[in-house]
Amino acid sequence: MAEIKLMKGNEALAEAAIRAGVDAYFGYPITPQSEVIEYLMMEQPEKTTGMVVLQAESEVAAINMVYGAAGAGKRVMTSSSSPGISLKQEGISYMAGAELPAVIVNVVRGGPGLGTIQPSQADYFQSVKGGGHGDYKLYVLAPASVQEMADHVEDAFEMAFKYRTPVLILSDGVIGQMMEKVQFKEFKPRWTDDEIYQLHGNWATTGKKKGRERNIITSLDLKSEKMEGRVHRLMKKYAQMEEEDLRFETIKCEDAEYLIVAYGSSARIAQKTVDLARAKGIKVGLLRPITLFPFPKKQLMEFTKQVKGILSVELSMGQMVEDVRLAVEHKVPVEHFGRTGGIIHTPEEILDALQQKLIKN
Amino acid sequence: MTEELIIAGFGGQGVLSLGKILAYSGIMQNQEVSWMPSYGPEMRGGTANVTVILSDERISSPYLKLFDTAIILNQQSMDKFENTVKPGGVLLYDPNGITIHPKRKDITIYQIDASNLASDMGNKKVYNMIIMGAYLKVKPVVQLENVTEGLKKSLPERYHKLIPLNIDAIQKGMDNILTVNELAILS
Repeated sequence: MAEIKLMKGNEALAEAAIRAGVDAYFGYPITPQSEVIEYLMMEQPEKTTGMVVLQAESEVAAINMVYGAAGAGKRVMTSSSSPGISLKQEGISYMAGAELPAVIVNVVRGGPGLGTIQPSQADYFQSVKGGGHGDYKLYVLAPASVQEMADHVEDAFEMAFKYRTPVLILSDGVIGQMMEKVQFKEFKPRWTDDEIYQLHGNWATTGKKKGRERNIITSLDLKSEKMEGRVHRLMKKYAQMEEEDLRFETIKCEDAEYLIVAYGSSARIAQKTVDLARAKGIKVGLLRPITLFPFPKKQLMEFTKQVKGILSVELSMGQMVEDVRLAVEHKVPVEHFGRTGGIIHTPEEILDALQQKLIKN
Repeated sequence: MTEELIIAGFGGQGVLSLGKILAYSGIMQNQEVSWMPSYGPEMRGGTANVTVILSDERISSPYLKLFDTAIILNQQSMDKFENTVKPGGVLLYDPNGITIHPKRKDITIYQIDASNLASDMGNKKVYNMIIMGAYLKVKPVVQLENVTEGLKKSLPERYHKLIPLNIDAIQKGMDNILTVNELAILS
């Protein structure tokens, strides 16, 4: 058994990146995710694994460094918090267009604007509906524990290279700042140049060898037919993600008469609501999407045969609730509950909302 | 066993590190733990608080409305957290700087004069370990040998020579905690 450590979510994510054989991290500090770059700077992985850690001059510079390194077939990542992620959107859209694998981490804080440094989940739309311009989506993982902050790094890279697409880890100030037990996997070596050539030589700018065509990394296609073909190719990937790589968890749903849908920190808080409700004799279950795209649409539709109502809980004014409503096609009532502005809802508040909005009706 | 605890005071009193050492001590005896700080602008001179949960079972919410125990180390925190102790729960506080003392009758209230005890020991940095001792006296959620292990884990090695001093401080806290009833008898 690996040693059990007590770490913040942000630190666990950084340690996991070193262990996952990541080639480079480019970032810029912002609360509440600064521990990621702080930890990497302290650990100095360039001396052990050779991983490059660089504080860029801005978020925009960092995401374009990611673009460059990803184009060379390297495992590369960046992290930020909400306002910084907004700055990165141009680069993320370009990477989706150029079909580049990379991992982007958003430890969400309250918005809009500079907002607050306290936790929030109000970047859901930005994360799952594109975020930047154009027809694209990201594969989005939503960790709900410090252990998942660590585990999702490797999962994210696996998806990024399987689909040659940017992958987003959507965390928040609670999961980033809290400490819990965490166990790490063994160190994975970084890919050698030969391995990158063998694995990704058909698309990455690994240096042209004789008999091979030039690889060109671009998101630009001025011929409309070709550009349309490129977008169709992206859509095929997203359809494949929905088929093969949807992830979710159900807790105490077997006999549930009401369902709470929540991800990340809200899922943790709502888990306690489930226990409080059951102590009062109200049968509540929790569906926790682990991926936000793909979203567990079919599973939600299945639940409409079983439950009387669904409460979507998120630290926002109601974003994921729209996807829940789309998924269940008005077959059962769907309500939203969530605090915002950096306030975290308590398990008791969620229970009150469930009783007032769904059970009393 | 599940213990849901809030520790609240000024930044610099060692509130967050007290929570961290407790969490590490819990790990040493195979408990599930979570440590959720207030973070950000609440630093030097401002208030700081941390929610610590120790449990034999998987921990759901790291963020809570009500607590089994509140450790309160300044007036602002008293104003904010006195009413968050569950009925039958425990409130432990340092009376230094407290102008409005807790009034609740449905909880057990203890005092620990940790500021003066730390001065007596000649090292104000052991303040939070005196609090720890007082807390463990009324809520023995972790064993002392596991606290020693927890200290080893959470302190950089260069400070390990200070562990005996910290253990002395914990003992001091255990020896000097007073329930409010006892205080009434003394005065």
